[in-house]
Amino acid sequence: MKSRLWGAALAVTCLTMFAGTAQAGPTLDAVKGRGQLFCGVNAGLPGFSNPDSQGKWTGLDADTCRAVAAAVLGDANKIRFTPLSAQQRLTAVQTGEIDVLARNTTWTLTRDAQGLNFAPTTYYDGQGLMVPKSLGVTSAKQLDGATICVQMGTTTELNLSDWFRTRNISFKPVVIEALDEVNAAYFAGRCDVMTADISALAGTRATVAPKPDDHLILPEVLSKEPLGPVVRHGDDQWRDIVTWTIYALMEAEEKGVTAANVDAKLKDPDPGIQRLLGVQGDMGPLLGLDKQWAYRAIKAVGNYGEIFDRNVGKGSPLKLDRGLNGLWTNGGLMYAPPIR
Amino acid sequence: MQSFDGRAKADAAPRAHHLTLSINNPTVRAILWQVGLGLLVALAGWYLASNTMANLARLSIASGFGFLDREAGVQIGESLIATGPRDSYGNIFVVGLLNTLKVSGVGIVLATLLGILLGIARLSRNWLVARFAAFYVETIRNIPLLLQLFIWYALLTEGLPGPRQALEPLPGIFLSNRGLKLPAPADDPVWAWVAVLFALGVLVTLALSAWNRKRQLATGQRLPMAPIGAALILLPPLLAILLAGGGALDVPVLQGFNFKGGMTLSPEFAALLFGLTLYTAAFIGEIVRSGILAVPKGQTEAATALGLSRGTAMRLVILPQALRVIIPPTTSQFLNLTKNSSLAVAIGYPDFVAVANTAINQTGQAVEGVLSIMIVYLVISLALSGFMNWYNRRVALVER
Repeated sequence: MKSRLWGAALAVTCLTMFAGTAQAGPTLDAVKGRGQLFCGVNAGLPGFSNPDSQGKWTGLDADTCRAVAAAVLGDANKIRFTPLSAQQRLTAVQTGEIDVLARNTTWTLTRDAQGLNFAPTTYYDGQGLMVPKSLGVTSAKQLDGATICVQMGTTTELNLSDWFRTRNISFKPVVIEALDEVNAAYFAGRCDVMTADISALAGTRATVAPKPDDHLILPEVLSKEPLGPVVRHGDDQWRDIVTWTIYALMEAEEKGVTAANVDAKLKDPDPGIQRLLGVQGDMGPLLGLDKQWAYRAIKAVGNYGEIFDRNVGKGSPLKLDRGLNGLWTNGGLMYAPPIR
Repeated sequence: MQSFDGRAKADAAPRAHHLTLSINNPTVRAILWQVGLGLLVALAGWYLASNTMANLARLSIASGFGFLDREAGVQIGESLIATGPRDSYGNIFVVGLLNTLKVSGVGIVLATLLGILLGIARLSRNWLVARFAAFYVETIRNIPLLLQLFIWYALLTEGLPGPRQALEPLPGIFLSNRGLKLPAPADDPVWAWVAVLFALGVLVTLALSAWNRKRQLATGQRLPMAPIGAALILLPPLLAILLAGGGALDVPVLQGFNFKGGMTLSPEFAALLFGLTLYTAAFIGEIVRSGILAVPKGQTEAATALGLSRGTAMRLVILPQALRVIIPPTTSQFLNLTKNSSLAVAIGYPDFVAVANTAINQTGQAVEGVLSIMIVYLVISLALSGFMNWYNRRVALVER
């Protein structure tokens, strides 16, 4: 853990010291050249990126990377996943160690302005608080004097003190580097409360808690946490590719195109579907890809709704509602601009 | 004297005509080499620095130390000074630095004491004591420190009950997975009296031990000064506190989620302190053992011949001589302990590295953050080794 942190720190120091001052080459050429997409993910966050029993990365973030790999390289498995800690992740994108960061990263102005660009949000989250039911707490306002476990190097750390100080509630943070250790400290009773994004709390409760029913996620939402993939600032073409791959997945859900029926949909008369799947128009070539980019992405991982249900929704242990993450046609925030 | 002065003059005279500015002159050549090398190093440094700045600017990563004045907005879990989310990054860096110094300082003192005990125990004639010390050293120093920290942290958080079921070994002292809560001095006039009594006790003890030394020289008899001194210094203040009753102490009380009032020894601090102390003590123990064995056996025999007991001989004859061998490698162990304290990030103790990591993530300024960490550890280490070198010169063998 230690060595990884120092590795990242050293990497940024060395890379900024020795890297030539010339403009970084287009990422697309680099990815095609090596035939592999370098994708940064969370080392273990159920529902978003988590290795399964066979060591295969699963989750919403992992599938986002697969969609990009399928669109760009034609094969969803041509990926090297790099598990990154919260502190390492931004540096890894900035220095070009990875091509895409899909690691439940919150879109903020500071991050966007400092050498990073954000692709569309793939999960609208918010920060929440989890407590053991035995504590008898039903609202965050009752938490005066509580000890709160939080992971180091996250926006969570800031939101927490902002939220509590504006309400004049005192608390004591225990800030730990690795999520595993944060979980361990909370379940050992070192803290009264654990805070993280609500999806992460649900994941921890469903998969790590000895008895999931003993823990309650409080109703207060402390912050807005739009989570989405991140790419390096300065390569507009690559940013467009990642952005529109995600929009293509949303568009597919809106048009009812799924991994199972995508081949049949090639013959669909709807011009929207025909443009999406490359039957008509030159959408892919405009991005620097071929015509079948979106077809391959959908075929490989399914549309956005399928990805959601499989990883964090009804079909997963997390059982999260679509809520804000539903399509705009269903009152959610997922809205793909027209693909034309 | 006359001849000595004459020789000095004779030496100086021929050196004067060497000072020609010729490339054949070895002194001139040496200076040229030095200057050339110096320039090269400076050039390399300038290249790295300017290239770094250019690359940071190209990647639109902010640079410079301006962020130190900005409000950090984070709360630090434990601190020696008052702190809050309104503090600047500079302030929370100071909080982290003090936390590093706290755990390193206490750790160095405890590791030294335990290390000396271990070193002596390994040489004990008592088979059980010697074997136990050897077992301890070989086990502890061969397990990675990070693992030991995890074990201590897990033991302290999983092993102890929650605050509502806290153990109370003595009235007013609570042990739970939130840490050890102790009564703290409250705002009460009795503490002025305690200070006066303490100072008086120290003065009386000093006077008494001076008298005791004179008496020993005159009669050969001596009083056991250690227990008498301890009683004189500690008992009167304790009595004063007891007489003042409950008002003198701020006793922790269970209120809501946790204890309010009193002092806290947090599980993070305790786990880090235990880990660092026990780990480093194993190394110091071996150094002490080697130092003691480096003192010639004749010294022990001479001390025995003078009629000194084993303990007295160790204290007055062996250890002072062993110190010369012990101090240089022990200095390295002190430096190791200080640097190892940065493993705190793994178990949530807010040391300098932990605070700097948070700052790096919030500001995105990794170069400045890592540079700060490097400078802080360099300064601490240089100060510590400067002090130890001074002490080493003091105890070094003075050849007459």
